[in-house]
Amino acid sequence: MGDRRRIKVLISVIGLDGHFTGAEIVSRYLMDAGMEVVYLGIYQTPEMIVSAAIQESVDVIGISSHASNYDQIGMLLDLMKQNGLNDIPVICGGTIPRQHAETLLKRGVSKIFPPQSSSESIVNYITSIVKR
Amino acid sequence: MVNNTVKKIVNGDVMTAAKLIRDIDDQVPETREILKALHGYTGKAYIIGVTGAPGVGKSTIVDQMVRDLRLNGKTVGVLAVDPTSPFSGGAILGDRIRMQRHSLDKEVFIRSLATRGQFGGLTQSTLSAIDVLDAMGKEYIIVETVGVGQGEVDIARCVHTTVIVVVPGLGDHVQAIKAGIFEVGDIFVVNKADRPEAERAVTYLRSMIDLAKKEFKNEGWEPSIIMAEALNNKGIIELLNEIEKHRRSKKVGDILVAGKRDSARIQLTEMIKRRLIEETLNRITGSPEFEKYLDCIMERTKDPYTACDELLSAMVFGLSLDPCSAPNRTSNHPDEKD
Repeated sequence: MGDRRRIKVLISVIGLDGHFTGAEIVSRYLMDAGMEVVYLGIYQTPEMIVSAAIQESVDVIGISSHASNYDQIGMLLDLMKQNGLNDIPVICGGTIPRQHAETLLKRGVSKIFPPQSSSESIVNYITSIVKR
Repeated sequence: MVNNTVKKIVNGDVMTAAKLIRDIDDQVPETREILKALHGYTGKAYIIGVTGAPGVGKSTIVDQMVRDLRLNGKTVGVLAVDPTSPFSGGAILGDRIRMQRHSLDKEVFIRSLATRGQFGGLTQSTLSAIDVLDAMGKEYIIVETVGVGQGEVDIARCVHTTVIVVVPGLGDHVQAIKAGIFEVGDIFVVNKADRPEAERAVTYLRSMIDLAKKEFKNEGWEPSIIMAEALNNKGIIELLNEIEKHRRSKKVGDILVAGKRDSARIQLTEMIKRRLIEETLNRITGSPEFEKYLDCIMERTKDPYTACDELLSAMVFGLSLDPCSAPNRTSNHPDEKD
């Protein structure tokens, strides 16, 4: 019975970023790879994302970012630590400039997928980091 | 360990409850012990089912219901069930998106669940998840399911009030008289009632209800119809009032007293069914005899009907088994007729 574990991923856009296409396409990729995706949509605050991650008991959080709101991603990481969610990796995707990407990785984001990342690379990465 | 978890859940610990529901969904065997212990704390919540075709506005209605229930100081749990892809086994759970404004309210617990290949609106894990929310002390539990095929019927058996959401223009009275949907609804909501033909949809429903007036009278509740525009928060208070009315009706009174036995029977039967099927099926399909039968069927020395009979008699009822011995080769194969 132990093989019934399904990877559950939360996908969201954060802050005043209204670009949902990338998030929705990635959600679809993950579904096609057999994962369960809780899709929160746009205009989510770090608090809303943390609360949803707790209630949904997800394995990974994916944030799509196309509007230079990197501080909010940092706030999300801090809030997760405060709420005891240190074990949930946060991955990001979208148009994140290199210098900001480095900062985010230093703050604790586990991986950033730049534009033109393949769907396989995202699926494979998530599969590899979820502890079974 | 079990006691600790149970204590936390009964005290309303969200993280523990959420993790338990995840384990239930993943069918972790240890959850069974916790559910056993939780059972004594359940049976207090009022459970409302909301069902209807995709896109009719179920999530938006639920969102508005949660708002009004919270304004009245009630605690609420929401289980939003979305379908699992039959191809990949994955799912996109997108109901929460309509309810995110409640995410910071500590008295509201919203959880998305995938159907995970079970047909029907409700799964065993949904029933167990209802128990977890119930044990947490949520006064109202709203279960939202996509009503496709016969799924709605399941939901009606496990909840106190079934709300069926329809929209204008989805079909005529012939759709409404089809079996299934109509018979299980306690309250019908015609959502998006600002659209043309809303009145007509109400008329269709009304005429269907009138046809069965007598039966409804015996049951103690005649289904009501509410026009709503959930997005504009119209018709929601009326819906909640109607739910309260239904709650006080003879029908729910019967469910709450005598019907408890029914729901206990369904739950127990489903549980036995699942374990029986799982364990027996694995035993049969994993056996060397099963493979031999496959060979025989491929070679047309045995038909699958006989194979099924024999496998079941041997492996379930304990008779002797000899795959391709007694061939039913009195053959009906067209090639061998002459």
